[in-house]
Amino acid sequence: MTTTRPTAAATPAAVRQPAVRVLRAVLRRLLGAFAVLLGAATVAFAALQLIPGDPVTVMLGPGTAATPEVKAAIREQYGLDRSVPVQYVTYLGHLLTGDLGESFQLQRPVAELIGDQLGPTVRLGLAALALAVLLAVGAAVVTAGRRPALRALSSLAELLAVSSPSYWIGILLLTAFSFQLRIFPVAGDDGFAALVLPAVTLALPVAGMLAQVLREGLEAALGRPFALTARSRGLGSAAVVLRHALRHAAVPVVTLTGWLTGSLLGGAVLVESVFGRPGIGALTLQATTNKDLPLVIGLVLLSALVFVVISTLVDLLYLVIDPRLRNG
Amino acid sequence: MAHNTVATADPADPADPAEQGDPADPAGPGGPGGPDGRPGPGKQGGRTARTSPSAGSAASLVRRIGFALAVAVLALLVLAALAPGLLTSVSPVETHPVEALTPPGAEHWFGTDQLGRDLFARVLHGARPSLLLGLGASVFAVIGGTALGLAAALGGRWADQVLMRLADVLLALPPILLALLAVTVLGTGSLNVMLAIAIAFVPGYARIVRAETLVVRRSGYVEAAVGLGLPRPLLIVRHVLPNAVGPMLVLATVGFGTALIAASGLSFLGLGPQPPSPEWGAMLSQGRRFLATAWWIGVFPGAAITAAALVVNVLGRRAQARFTRRTEA
Repeated sequence: MTTTRPTAAATPAAVRQPAVRVLRAVLRRLLGAFAVLLGAATVAFAALQLIPGDPVTVMLGPGTAATPEVKAAIREQYGLDRSVPVQYVTYLGHLLTGDLGESFQLQRPVAELIGDQLGPTVRLGLAALALAVLLAVGAAVVTAGRRPALRALSSLAELLAVSSPSYWIGILLLTAFSFQLRIFPVAGDDGFAALVLPAVTLALPVAGMLAQVLREGLEAALGRPFALTARSRGLGSAAVVLRHALRHAAVPVVTLTGWLTGSLLGGAVLVESVFGRPGIGALTLQATTNKDLPLVIGLVLLSALVFVVISTLVDLLYLVIDPRLRNG
Repeated sequence: MAHNTVATADPADPADPAEQGDPADPAGPGGPGGPDGRPGPGKQGGRTARTSPSAGSAASLVRRIGFALAVAVLALLVLAALAPGLLTSVSPVETHPVEALTPPGAEHWFGTDQLGRDLFARVLHGARPSLLLGLGASVFAVIGGTALGLAAALGGRWADQVLMRLADVLLALPPILLALLAVTVLGTGSLNVMLAIAIAFVPGYARIVRAETLVVRRSGYVEAAVGLGLPRPLLIVRHVLPNAVGPMLVLATVGFGTALIAASGLSFLGLGPQPPSPEWGAMLSQGRRFLATAWWIGVFPGAAITAAALVVNVLGRRAQARFTRRTEA
């Protein structure tokens, strides 16, 4: 940052005002984010239209005999008697006010159901994220550019981590630490001890992927001239890695943020199922098995929102970090 | 997982570190300089000059052994999928309640499950349904990705805009959630699980095919074929298609491992093949309640999934590294 400012100020006539350019770049990204969200809402609406059969019958569940009058009343209550475009606009309007509709099965507002289950999943996700970053940075820093044997070992561990299904890792951990050694509780969401195994399970595949990308980045950075310069200034190799190379290696990792959010959210479905934890993942599975489409769609929209907010923030962060992108 | 991969750098396929070019190159296998991928910053910068000759040969020896092992395991898996009867004569579905939950031993190599079925036989017989789930999902995804990618690249500006914005939207959703949404609409069962996983992969594949098609379309041989008056459908099928799908097919080999894991994941959640199918994910799911007394029920089917995914990852990445080198040469 400090090195680029003078250059930008030195040629004010050649380029447009930096502030205006930054503002345009920010606006473009916000607009893109909004477009993706609108698209997700549209896909969600389309999926709602895809329910086979009469939505009112589906809503009432099998085995309930409702008179045509009752059905008509329900249809009117939910606006199902209106044309599809009108329904679409109404649906978008409801979304804007945070109204995600009502669960077919549980007869409660979707937003409320999700809100109730958010806590455990957020705790699990954050714990797994912290653990994954710690493991990945540790493994990459220790092995990058080191002896081939060490690197090969680390590569193998990473390959194993990304090739193992998370639910299997969970089952193995559960068998070893809960059933055999009895260190951790078998199921539930009761305090720190119950968080350890699920967080490790969720973190391992993510850490494997992160470590691979990070190590490649580190090795590329260590081969660049600035690393040699730093080294020739008398800096130790550890200092070069930590102070110079790591920052460069972090750039491709930050682009993975979207993928990361997705794997944590998606992985939560399986991990919460293995460990019998409450949360968003367990709710998603329940909604899927019950064919509770409004609830599933609410959850999908929530994850789209999380994804878009996070990747937009990351994009904006890039504009701060890397001035070259402000033109693009 | 793999579809996000394609969108960003190339997280799911960070090929072999030693053979990989610049990791910051976002073009990845999507074609150098494709309209979607920003042009890569040249390959010279990435290659590290630190590997000494002796280290290189040791690493290549390890890699060669790994490759041979992977091929052997793959051959075993394929044999188990095609003709499990050749490897075991024990029935995978016959129950023996008296022998329920026998630990692994000379009689039952992998032990028996809660109904006294031989786990070794079940794992071998499970190769077919399990690999088929991953294969089916990959095939559907490749077909869908090819069709949509070609349509976007050749169907005019409107089709391109609509399809690619749709891909953006789908790429914003976690693959598992997208698959669960698809299962909610389609229903459970093997075929629907394949389709659901495929839907999660299609946007990424479509992007690659589109980017590649846009490059191929402007190439000399296509222009020559146009000049010779070849009809458009024939031109697409004979010249554009074969040259545009390469990068996607290479990515799909690694994607097969991801699809396999995802598909048996849905199966583990009880949405795939139903009992008594020895599909690996379903086996894990049914054995869950007996983990306290029978660790082997949880270990072997999962090890089979991991072995299959591992082998596919090793071979797929090798193919990828070779392909990348060839196209750059």
